[in-house]
Amino acid sequence: MKPEELTAMAEKVRKQDAHFSHHIHVCTESGCVSSQSDVLLKNITDEVQQRGLKGKVCVKGVGCMGLCCNGPLLKADDTMYQFVKPEDAGAIVDSLTSTPVVELVCDTKQPFFARQKLIVRENAGHIDPESIADCVAHGAYRALLKVLTSMTPQQVIAEVSESGLRGRGGAGFPTGLKWSTVSKAGGKTKYVICNGDEGDPGAFMDRSVMEGDPHRVLEGMAIGAYAVGAGQGIIYVRAEYPLAVKRLTRAINQARREGLLGHGLFGSNFDFNVEIRLGAGAFVCGEETALIASVEGKRGMPRPRPPYPANSGLHGCPTLINNVETFANIPAIMERGGKWFATIGTEKSKGTKIFALTGKIKNTGLIEVPMGIPLREIIYDIAGGIPDGKAFKAVQTGGPSGGCIPAEHLDITVDYESLTKLGSIMGSGGMIVMDETSNMVDVARFFMEFCMTESCGKCVPCRVGTYEMHELLDRICKRQATMADLNLLKELCDMVKQTSLCGLGQSAPNPVLSTLRYFENEYLKLIQSSPASHAGDGDHHVALEVLS
Amino acid sequence: MNTPVDIATESITLRIDDKDVSCRKGETVLQVARENGIDIPTLCYMEGLTVWGGCRLCMVEIAGSPKLQAACATVCTEGMIISTQSPRLENYRRMIVELLFAERNHVCSVCVSNGHCELQTMAVKLGIDHVRFAYRFPHLEVDNSHDRMRMDHNRCILCTRCVRVCAEIEGAHTKDIKGRGVLAAIIHDLDQNWGESSTCTSCGKCVNICPTGALTHRGTAVGEMTKKTTFLPYLTLMREAQP
Repeated sequence: MKPEELTAMAEKVRKQDAHFSHHIHVCTESGCVSSQSDVLLKNITDEVQQRGLKGKVCVKGVGCMGLCCNGPLLKADDTMYQFVKPEDAGAIVDSLTSTPVVELVCDTKQPFFARQKLIVRENAGHIDPESIADCVAHGAYRALLKVLTSMTPQQVIAEVSESGLRGRGGAGFPTGLKWSTVSKAGGKTKYVICNGDEGDPGAFMDRSVMEGDPHRVLEGMAIGAYAVGAGQGIIYVRAEYPLAVKRLTRAINQARREGLLGHGLFGSNFDFNVEIRLGAGAFVCGEETALIASVEGKRGMPRPRPPYPANSGLHGCPTLINNVETFANIPAIMERGGKWFATIGTEKSKGTKIFALTGKIKNTGLIEVPMGIPLREIIYDIAGGIPDGKAFKAVQTGGPSGGCIPAEHLDITVDYESLTKLGSIMGSGGMIVMDETSNMVDVARFFMEFCMTESCGKCVPCRVGTYEMHELLDRICKRQATMADLNLLKELCDMVKQTSLCGLGQSAPNPVLSTLRYFENEYLKLIQSSPASHAGDGDHHVALEVLS
Repeated sequence: MNTPVDIATESITLRIDDKDVSCRKGETVLQVARENGIDIPTLCYMEGLTVWGGCRLCMVEIAGSPKLQAACATVCTEGMIISTQSPRLENYRRMIVELLFAERNHVCSVCVSNGHCELQTMAVKLGIDHVRFAYRFPHLEVDNSHDRMRMDHNRCILCTRCVRVCAEIEGAHTKDIKGRGVLAAIIHDLDQNWGESSTCTSCGKCVNICPTGALTHRGTAVGEMTKKTTFLPYLTLMREAQP
């Protein structure tokens, strides 16, 4: 594709759009589809057709609008509707020319929407992810055009470094630094891998980005490839995300057809192709070296680092691996500049972060907020607080590698450093809120069970250590444990953390350590109420009975 | 004319357990330690095979690094200060071996490898006299289908030496791993009986390299130790028949 063709394509769609006097956007992501938004979309299209409004009303399926708990969500012109059933289609179409359907209206002025800052998700809810023309009309591939026609790879890396963007996959490694390492690595063949193996329980940010704006991910990857000198990209998505796979496949095919992937993009001598690899759903394959092994067709197991993938990755070549959300931030940074991006967030954590809110809160769904936002604001304003008049107890961040943050720390700001200080991590962005009825030992046991079943079995501390930790936690939960068991658990946590091979094992004890840090009394209560902890007395009684 | 060898880039000096040692570029901490008579315990490491880094017994402390490093997978760099022994490391090593004992059914007294088992020796060396963790007591099979060799999953510690020697040295790649976590296990071909494997060359390298009694030659088990006393009547008969 030539540069002017991109503008022409965007203009054409904008001109078509100008003919429409009304727009109806229906969410077509997994959450809303599970409550029949696909049928709703079809019904609305039929209703519009029946009324002879086809040329006047634009009906399209769009990406996630955020408030997943109230889905299916639908936007008719400026009015948002919630809990829309397929049979409401007629009323919605009628409302375009009369008054809104009051009982279904969703207030877009509520803090859930008003407090968000959208960068990665700026187009979700506006574009049809299955139409490249619609995406281009909303600015897709404009950043790639700018990069390829006016910037050198060094300038791109400098821009990313200046933005202060850090990896959104969990560890928060500076993205600019990673890019420059890969770009400096020798070798003709280099690869770019997009890590879409999102596997934390309760996290669905990456899925939403891939389903709602797949071209943004492709564009980010293409810019990354140009910066580091790679020609081949691979998106590693778990097969449990069929809709994301479908949309990405479609996006790749469309981009290839339009010449936005392939040879000599925008008349430059830069070639870039992308292919999709499906993961079979192993959590450990989110670890970069295990992911690479899986892409190579081997068993998904991590290997000791160094060498890091930046020097020796896929097929031994330098490989840039970034998370979906990291790549999705890139087009915005390229278009508006690293300086602009760096004005958002805190000193060390820049930009915005998408969180998946789940658990005991009123508003569950996806939010994108600036880094450094107080946790209290997320829980009480955006998420609407705890339902049924219950009290907040803790919020679990970072999935099975993260930890719990109790009520006394609600006033912290959400950024990489302050979460780490509290014994949790930013992780990929899952937030599970728990109220006073939650049993924290049970929470720790749940996450340990997850790590136990997801351990790849390569290193002993993780393979057997997670099993034994789960066993001990199970005994505590069942009131069969003694203080000796608790001490053994603590010792085991330390050993597994220090000696495991990869991040899965090294962080597997975190949920236990953080619940022990803030809720040790719950462990003690369970142990004190266990008959086993008074075993000495018990044996004595038995002995006496036998004697008598 | 002789070109002077740049010693600074070709050789490296470092300190292991207060002993100044030197090595060639690219050597690992474990190799250098062993060359210099410093013992670092290992179970999955085998000279001549690729590094696995799974047993985690060779974890060492490196000055300036907050994380422990596996000696087998850490390449020496100039000026490294390494300690291979400390109360903390010993405690971790003991716990790892205890975990291995708890994982499967390691009953030394009835094991064919009793007395020449690396796991047993390691336990003795680390002074393990009891296991603090709950035994799993898994129900595991003994693959007795091969006509010359035997795989007892009860004794396997998943060090994968057999997998690596089969793939890297023999070139057969008959063995691999299935499953995750504690359910992981060594398999033959597509998880079929060893005796039915079409790729196994019966070379026996895996048996010789196995650190425990998991892989053995047939005929070495206690139950197979039968005596043949039938020769006696014949011999007596023959003597009596002689004039």
